[in-house]
Amino acid sequence: MAIDLEQLRRFLAEYDGEPLNIMEVCGSHTAAISKLGIPSLLSDQLRLMSGPGCPVCVTPTAYIDRLIALCKEPNTCVCTFGDLLRVPGSGGHTLRQAGGEGGRVRMVYSPNDTLKYALQEPNTTFLFAAVGFETTTPVYALLLQRLVKEDIRNVKLLTALKTMPAAIDHLCTSGAKIDAFLAPGHVSAVTGSHIFEPLAQQHQKPFVVAGFKGGELLSAVYACVKLSGEGKVVNLYPSVVTREGNTDAQAIVNQYFEPAPAVWRGMGEIAGSGMVLREEWQRFDAGSAGLNEDHANPACRCGEVLTGKISSNQCPLFGKICTPFHPQGACMVSTEGSCFQFYSNHREK
Amino acid sequence: MKITMTHGSGGQATSELIASVFANAFQNDVLNRMEDSAVVPGSGTIAVTTDSFVVTPLQFPGGDIGRLCVCGTVNDLLMRGAVPQYLTCGFILQEGLDTELLQELVASMAATARESGVAIVAGDTKVVEGNGGLFVNTAGVGFVPAGVDISGENCRPGDVVLVSGTLGDHHAAILSSRLGIENTIQSDCAPLGGMVKALMEGGIHLHTLRDVTRGGLATVLKELASSSGVSIRLEEEKLPVTPQVGDLCGLLGLDPLYMGNEGKLVAILPAEEADKALELVRSAPYGKHAAIIGTVNADHPGSLTMLTPIGGLRRLEVLQDEGLPRIC
Repeated sequence: MAIDLEQLRRFLAEYDGEPLNIMEVCGSHTAAISKLGIPSLLSDQLRLMSGPGCPVCVTPTAYIDRLIALCKEPNTCVCTFGDLLRVPGSGGHTLRQAGGEGGRVRMVYSPNDTLKYALQEPNTTFLFAAVGFETTTPVYALLLQRLVKEDIRNVKLLTALKTMPAAIDHLCTSGAKIDAFLAPGHVSAVTGSHIFEPLAQQHQKPFVVAGFKGGELLSAVYACVKLSGEGKVVNLYPSVVTREGNTDAQAIVNQYFEPAPAVWRGMGEIAGSGMVLREEWQRFDAGSAGLNEDHANPACRCGEVLTGKISSNQCPLFGKICTPFHPQGACMVSTEGSCFQFYSNHREK
Repeated sequence: MKITMTHGSGGQATSELIASVFANAFQNDVLNRMEDSAVVPGSGTIAVTTDSFVVTPLQFPGGDIGRLCVCGTVNDLLMRGAVPQYLTCGFILQEGLDTELLQELVASMAATARESGVAIVAGDTKVVEGNGGLFVNTAGVGFVPAGVDISGENCRPGDVVLVSGTLGDHHAAILSSRLGIENTIQSDCAPLGGMVKALMEGGIHLHTLRDVTRGGLATVLKELASSSGVSIRLEEEKLPVTPQVGDLCGLLGLDPLYMGNEGKLVAILPAEEADKALELVRSAPYGKHAAIIGTVNADHPGSLTMLTPIGGLRRLEVLQDEGLPRIC
């Protein structure tokens, strides 16, 4: 594929073949595509769709409700990454509001920060809101390793961990027209690109592992177009991603976690699409099982946005009731959410 | 020594605190009289502004709340073309505040006031319960020279957008301090009088000046596009951002376009004066990394767009809510 940037741009702008839908399933791709203005460079025959690539966006309301309840319990502090603070639970209530009502909520940069707090306040239980995909789960495994090694008993996890392959399989069979996938760069770095091989073969669609720079993304879109209809996996991010992935990270994840069904906001339960703590480590779990209820604003069409059935701007709430300032659904909260990016950067296609 | 509620009683402890800490650092003929209000000379067109400062931590790489509370108010006066002259300050101290720390912050404030050419002519001190924190309000008065009309409504098609230096430094420094991230990022907190003076004395026809504070460059320019009824087009490749701030933003999922500064301005001025203005700002204090980053146009009034390095077009809105670090 020896083709320079100018040729790439011309090809993608002038493409007049079959209309193609190309889905990215990585929040950082969604953000990069919008920030680089890539949709403005593509022919009308090419549509980029934001799939369920943001872990915050696919977290069901019951999980948020549970965090809100936990932070108000005595001697308890909920620790979380920043973007979960504003995700509405079932009543539209957020963790940040709960913090303003006397709940203890602490935004952290790394799960390991909780170790420091746990030592400072031995009588308080610090609950980490462990949300994430294959990229983030190894970090929680490392935290668990330290909790075990240092015999720290007042840190627990409330998990809502997801894995990509089963969710992508669900998308391919859910009726949305998806012709190719931009395979997630960060997830692939951990899992290796091989996890997409069975999916590519089964659904006869190309999976192109992409980086995050402008040229890398344009090259990946170009490869998706060229390979349309072929069940191939192509790695265009070889500086970071290998076929086998990070086997150390995979090993430590397997030590502490095992596959389980998971509920994705707006999409329902998908078998084998989650990770939960293994039986022997259940003492570190803060009650993660059964958080399956998902009662977002009934008019919110997050599920259809995430599965590529509609664009964000086709949701009746988009830009009217639902804005980044008053998000109704989780997709409008995270800077990696598809609706947030559509709204903030006026992405039009 | 620690601040106690007695220091806010209005009695002897208050007088001693004022005399030993504030009057000692800020001294000038007007303040030294310790009257109920400052009576100062002045006439003509007056600019007045006020701002409150609640930043934590009180000291951070590149500055502290003392320097910040002078720069913020002085810069707001400068952005209307005023020459800052007088400041007032209201301190709200929390019980438990270390007086040595207070003295350091007040000394920093006095030094920044001297650098900015303003006199602190009136002040107030209160003490509240708490845990050793400190809030400051400053108000400022300046005089606008005859014939100067610099306003957020004055951007004109054909103008260019000049930014006086790198984006997001203050925000990135504060965030790093709060999150315990070790790096070399320093706040850019600085008074911009030297730069504005150089532009005005250099004969530049300044249409608009705005300091790039909370909300960041995108928010500031989007507001200017709306208030002037014009569109603004930026070129991403021309935006000055240090690699350190760029990388921190990449890690945390933040965008330098929406990160606040405390010592940067944008100037909107006629295109034919761009080269001269750039040279003047780059030669002035705190202006070394200035750049011309965009143009003002007549189409699509109120819109702010940016040409990305690969030729894509990104439309920019004002900052929505606060910038929170993302999960992955």
